[in-house]
Amino acid sequence: MTGAAGRPPLEAMRVHVPTPLRSYTGASEVEAEGATLAAVLADLDRRYPGLRFRVVDEQDRLRPHVRFFVDGEQLFDLGRPLRPGAELFVVQALSGG
Amino acid sequence: MAARKRKPTRGPTLFVATRKGLWLLHGDAARRRWRLDGPHFLGHVLTHVVLDPRDGRTLLAAAKTGHLGPTVFRSTDLGETWKEAARPPAFRKARPGEAARAVDHTFWLTPGHPDRPGSWYAGTSPQGLFHSGDGGVTWEPVAGFNDAPEILPLLGGPQDGTPDGPKLHSVNVDPRDPDHLLLGMSSGGVHESVDGGRTWARLIDGMEVVEGFDVRDAGFHDPHCVRLSPADPDRLWQQNHCGIYRLDRPATTWERVGRAMPAAVGDVGFPMVVHPRDADVAWVFPMDGTTVWPRTSPGGKPAAYLTRDGGRRWRRLANGFPRGQAWWTVKRQAMTADAGAPVGLYLGTTGGEVWASRDEGARWGCLARHLPEIYAVEAGVPAR
Repeated sequence: MTGAAGRPPLEAMRVHVPTPLRSYTGASEVEAEGATLAAVLADLDRRYPGLRFRVVDEQDRLRPHVRFFVDGEQLFDLGRPLRPGAELFVVQALSGG
Repeated sequence: MAARKRKPTRGPTLFVATRKGLWLLHGDAARRRWRLDGPHFLGHVLTHVVLDPRDGRTLLAAAKTGHLGPTVFRSTDLGETWKEAARPPAFRKARPGEAARAVDHTFWLTPGHPDRPGSWYAGTSPQGLFHSGDGGVTWEPVAGFNDAPEILPLLGGPQDGTPDGPKLHSVNVDPRDPDHLLLGMSSGGVHESVDGGRTWARLIDGMEVVEGFDVRDAGFHDPHCVRLSPADPDRLWQQNHCGIYRLDRPATTWERVGRAMPAAVGDVGFPMVVHPRDADVAWVFPMDGTTVWPRTSPGGKPAAYLTRDGGRRWRRLANGFPRGQAWWTVKRQAMTADAGAPVGLYLGTTGGEVWASRDEGARWGCLARHLPEIYAVEAGVPAR
């Protein structure tokens, strides 16, 4: 899904993928489309089957040790609208041995 | 001169699931030489890895990571390649007003009846029962259990059950009847279904609970491990939070056979292992359940205990284990038997060691050290 100039079309988001999820994406940075975090995660799951359930539980709650940031702000709500062209950072958040 | 191709001798393979990955130990036919193969899934939390005895090929692994949610991986080439389940065990969406349950981890895997190839059961934390009809690719909640009004009050919250959350475990399928199922809930008691999981009945009579609690309330019962004897499926064995028990159906009252254990050792523990061909023979691995529940080998002296007469007498089996200052113990699915003659026994410790006996526990030797904390050890014979 790249545009004529080799850049993603405006509606596509750049998604930064943490190491635990790269067995799905094969890359540290991928594209996905969607107007909300829920839609972006659904699109990621279409492209990389199985990814969504590792970060969102069956009751549509974000799992506790994965965090989502857009424009420096943490997202807690799957329904949160995302501006076109925003960059989504998925971050692992866990400490301990 | 063309050498005659020697028939490869293949012994059991052990599937050692740990807090930080999976290791396989491949044994030769004599069970003398073992090859350690791994890590697979380094860093992943593996709670149970089981080879399907019906085909000797399908290997299922219950996994999660520190960050990521729970899933099940499948392999049909002994772990050379893995594929994730298309639909891992997950509760149905909560209806308005219901508690919204989510699987934290799949804890237990049981292959289904030989007449139903591809059938598997999974037990989860928090407690849920799930079934796959396609060899573990897709999983469905067993509604007859997960939504049963008499089961729902038994489901524990984060402060109930084990430190890692309440568990559904010990799913047993009667080899005579694919619809006859037994399982254990920690906490929540022992439950039985004779209609393939549509309806369930409690099986807790005779089981004791912690002093001061109501023995009639299944929520206070904590069966650590329940095994149906393959040699006589009417005989059930149980290692409970409060003792070792035996039940011979159609009776419904468990007998605390652990009272015959030495008082200094007690009859608390987690694993329960039964002989594949002799219903009178079983093994346990006691731990210290006194005072603050240290959950170590009693006195720092690890030992298995064996009965050959249905639990009337127990014999200490410590030959080969450290004689003192060894404080590890064995979790509930981390001790198992193979089908050899004599039976081989295998256990994995909380200190990351795998121990084995080729002679039903008379002598023990260490097969591997320095692994992460071991959660489960299963033996299987891979198809050639």
